[in-house]
Amino acid sequence: MRIFKTVSCAIPAFVSLCFSTLSHAADVAVTAAAPAATAVPAVPAVPPLNWHAIIMFLIFVGITLVITYWAATHTKTASDFYAAGRGVTGLQNGMAIAGDYMSAASFLGIAALVYFNGFYGLIFSVGWLVGWPIILFLVAERLRNLGKYTYADVVSFRLQQGPIRIMAAISSLIVVIWYLIGQAVGAGQLLHTLVPQMSYRMSIVIVGALIILYVTLGGMKATTWVQIIKAGLLLGGATCMAFGVMAHEGFSFAKLFSDAVALHPKGIKIMQSVVPIGAKANPLESISLGLTLMFGTAGLPHILMRFFTVTNSKAARKSVLYGTCFIGFFYILTFIIGFGAIVLVAHNPEYVVDVAKNVLNLKGGSSMPAIYLSHAIGGNFFLGFIAAVAFATILAVVSGLTLAGASALSHDIYASVIMKGKADEKKEVWVSKMCVIGLGILAVLLGILFEKQNVAYIVALTFSIAACTNFPILVLSVFWKGLTTRGAVLGGYTGIFGSIGLLIIGPTVWTKVLGMGPAIFPYDFPTFVVLPIVLIVAYIASVTDGSESAKKERAAFDAQMIRAETGLGAEMAAEH
Amino acid sequence: MSLLIASKIQNNPKYLELVHRRNTLGWSLSAIVCVLYFGFTLMIAYTPDILTAPIAAGSVIPQGMLIGVGIILASCVLTGIYVFLANKTFDPIIEEIVREASK
Repeated sequence: MRIFKTVSCAIPAFVSLCFSTLSHAADVAVTAAAPAATAVPAVPAVPPLNWHAIIMFLIFVGITLVITYWAATHTKTASDFYAAGRGVTGLQNGMAIAGDYMSAASFLGIAALVYFNGFYGLIFSVGWLVGWPIILFLVAERLRNLGKYTYADVVSFRLQQGPIRIMAAISSLIVVIWYLIGQAVGAGQLLHTLVPQMSYRMSIVIVGALIILYVTLGGMKATTWVQIIKAGLLLGGATCMAFGVMAHEGFSFAKLFSDAVALHPKGIKIMQSVVPIGAKANPLESISLGLTLMFGTAGLPHILMRFFTVTNSKAARKSVLYGTCFIGFFYILTFIIGFGAIVLVAHNPEYVVDVAKNVLNLKGGSSMPAIYLSHAIGGNFFLGFIAAVAFATILAVVSGLTLAGASALSHDIYASVIMKGKADEKKEVWVSKMCVIGLGILAVLLGILFEKQNVAYIVALTFSIAACTNFPILVLSVFWKGLTTRGAVLGGYTGIFGSIGLLIIGPTVWTKVLGMGPAIFPYDFPTFVVLPIVLIVAYIASVTDGSESAKKERAAFDAQMIRAETGLGAEMAAEH
Repeated sequence: MSLLIASKIQNNPKYLELVHRRNTLGWSLSAIVCVLYFGFTLMIAYTPDILTAPIAAGSVIPQGMLIGVGIILASCVLTGIYVFLANKTFDPIIEEIVREASK
């Protein structure tokens, strides 16, 4: 009942917060714009409030808060909070996986990449998808059989708890925080553009407040269902958009692509560039990007965590099949959407800042092609729907990320390292909720700090760390008997510090963020250097480890493998 | 899991067969995905002309687009194959192993 009171108070509180901010912001914007409008008639007046988007967004928030209330009443144990009581079916988890993965960065980001660079955008889509089969073939079932709440459970199954979990928690948190930055920036830009009366900062604060509410009250159950609903809405919305584009082009791909080439200022180059248009082709960079996208997917903590929510290894397996198909379908849709935006959005003075100068440069920034395309296809109503879906996407992904980050802190650091596995379950969940609040606030602050960065690239950077640390250590721990604590820890830290170090002295941070001139390390993606080094370090540090504990760890491999292969002794689904 | 059950399972030829078959299937399918994808990546890196050549004279569609979409579809099909085989062959073996071990 206490929870019900919290939720029932929260809904009106949120709505009034939303509206008071809007009306206040609207006043400020109107007064600020009024003199400007009289002085310079060319400056567009502040657009009217986008009621369609706001109403649909409020409906979504209302539904998700009801779900959160339901989830809260069904979340009693730690297993409920972290892993939804392990009662999620294969299809549900497949939707939730797809939901976690089809972030605003992939939806708006890939559509934008295609809009600006054409064919090149597909290279990202392919790379982002091929990690999924690998997850299924090598880790999904074993993860379910060995783990409890976090992927560190699996790596530390037969290794020393303390050092492994600290390393795993550090890498998880770094990935989660980078990823959160990308999502928060996307949320701020999106809301601010759709509802200009609301500031960028206020938008991010609302996201932070909502996800804290979802995750602290409803845990993984609420997060999973928010994710499932949003995945359904996003797939439905993107399908309608792609259908609209194809209907406009007479259902001919040939016409769509030739129209796009004719209308794009770069012309046929959008079909002939395998690097961002204008960039120099760089073979090693392309290979490194490929490695990063493929293995990074298989190392994202919030994705790996999904495999602990299903009933058994069979459901884990099926969920990847569903997830892969949904994601693959979605990427083909975003590709059509990106090209559709070239045809229907570019050149349109309603969306473009200054048609005389640059027909691609959109109002509201580079993430907007998909959003404006929905307006071009279905007017204000459809724009409102897609905007609400995109915003729901950010809320859902941020919830999943925050929960994964909080689990690393509460389950790996607090319960396993500080309390040495003797933590009271209630206390552990309480710590986790406090971490959710902390991470939510951190996401808001970082989102404000990183306002001007390109969202798609921030996501790509997190993949480097996931690909160089989480993925190789996870695979070694599951498949290689010889891995010892020393090997896993040294390999893991090599991955973390190697990727961060090279990212800092690489072009993205050194040149573009810090403005220090030409980069010391000339590649955006350090994976092709760091991943082999991690494997070598883990191998050498393990085989040279002659300690007693290393012998025990190798001897414990057989029992681990029996559990991984057969599921005997695996965490059971909760009875409800 | 008791040591007795563990040693029963380890000496069960069905367990060894399961491990062997699942590993063979998992690593072979992974190898196929890697060959497809890194083949594509190496073409991006070293022979982009093949990818950017149009599929037919007069068409603007590059060959790479078909290859890329083909890899997306292949990923879905290969995961489908794994799930089909695992459901059909691995699950019954696992059930038998667990039943025999707990006897």
